[in-house]
Amino acid sequence: MMIYGTALLAICTLIGISIGEALGSLLGVRANVGGVGFAMLLLILSTTWLIKKGRLKPLTAEGIQFWSGIYIPIVVAMSAKQNVVVAMKGGPAAIFAGVVGVAISFAMIPYVNRIGQSKKSVPKVRQEEPRSGVS
Amino acid sequence: MMEFLAKTFEANGLLTAFFIVGVLMWFSYWISNTLTGGRLHGSAIAVFGGLVLAYVGGVMTGGKNGITDIPFFAGLGLMGGAMFRDFAIVATAFGASFEDLKRSGFSVMVSLALGITLSFVGGVGAAYAFGYHDAVTLCTIGAGAATYIVGPVTGTALGASSEAIALSIAAGLVKAIVVMIATPHLAKRLGLDNPHTAMVYGAMMGTHSGIAAGLQATDPKLMPYGLMAAAFYTGLGCLVCPSLFYFILLKLFPV
Repeated sequence: MMIYGTALLAICTLIGISIGEALGSLLGVRANVGGVGFAMLLLILSTTWLIKKGRLKPLTAEGIQFWSGIYIPIVVAMSAKQNVVVAMKGGPAAIFAGVVGVAISFAMIPYVNRIGQSKKSVPKVRQEEPRSGVS
Repeated sequence: MMEFLAKTFEANGLLTAFFIVGVLMWFSYWISNTLTGGRLHGSAIAVFGGLVLAYVGGVMTGGKNGITDIPFFAGLGLMGGAMFRDFAIVATAFGASFEDLKRSGFSVMVSLALGITLSFVGGVGAAYAFGYHDAVTLCTIGAGAATYIVGPVTGTALGASSEAIALSIAAGLVKAIVVMIATPHLAKRLGLDNPHTAMVYGAMMGTHSGIAAGLQATDPKLMPYGLMAAAFYTGLGCLVCPSLFYFILLKLFPV
């Protein structure tokens, strides 16, 4: 059933965010320390385990994939509720912030690519068009 | 009749939001295909559209919550709220596996760490230069320079202002667009013609929409490799930006 996947996703998210909250109070900061990251870690670990056991049915997977498929629309909605009028004065900062990092990163690719050149192994991937919306 | 329609739309805000965003997505992909030949990915245009809506709403109402201050659009606040957002972002990790990451080799892991760090440092540097000097705002904009997902996740986790979160989305959007446009032109110089380099590139850039459009224009067969690395980038970014990186910034810029 699809709800199994959605339920798994929900509990991973809830536990991950709780870990973030706990870490925040442990470290004495008013912040959720890495909660979403922990949640993603939990989802990867639990689904990998289920797949290995052969227990992750396609319908269950769909209950997760739907949410992954509408993350861009959700980000669009999130963008639409921000205080952009005030943020406009910081516009140049945002543009520079975006450009600087990407320029350095591009410049580094050829160097990093040479690390471990001898064994150019890659994992198998499915060759298919990604679902629209997941982008 | 119009009166009843308006009442229904406002009373069922989340459904109205699904409809509005759906139309916006359709329009953005239409622009992407017809005006840019797919070079500018529809998702980037849609996120930009979201920011434009927020601006219009802010000007019309004088409020702080973008377009959601207009009752008809209020549902966008729920749809784009932290709960749904975190839920959907966590879901994007599905399909990634650590075995694949191990198999892809040391250089991909180095690129992941380096890619996030460089973007973050670049973003923080730019924000600092433009007069933002508190750790929370710097961290949010720096994380936004990683991707427009990591930015808002970090901003919400740290309790950043809506202004800082908007800037982090904008920074991530600029990055995504630069990656989309620059990739096909730089592909030859980067040696971007094999799966391994595509994974290094994906791990270095991390922006999902940027990589998708960039590799689509370079060699669509490389896309799954770049996107797999990008999934790890988002996860690692959401993990280290509102933790390790924030603590380092707190040391450098005490409250």
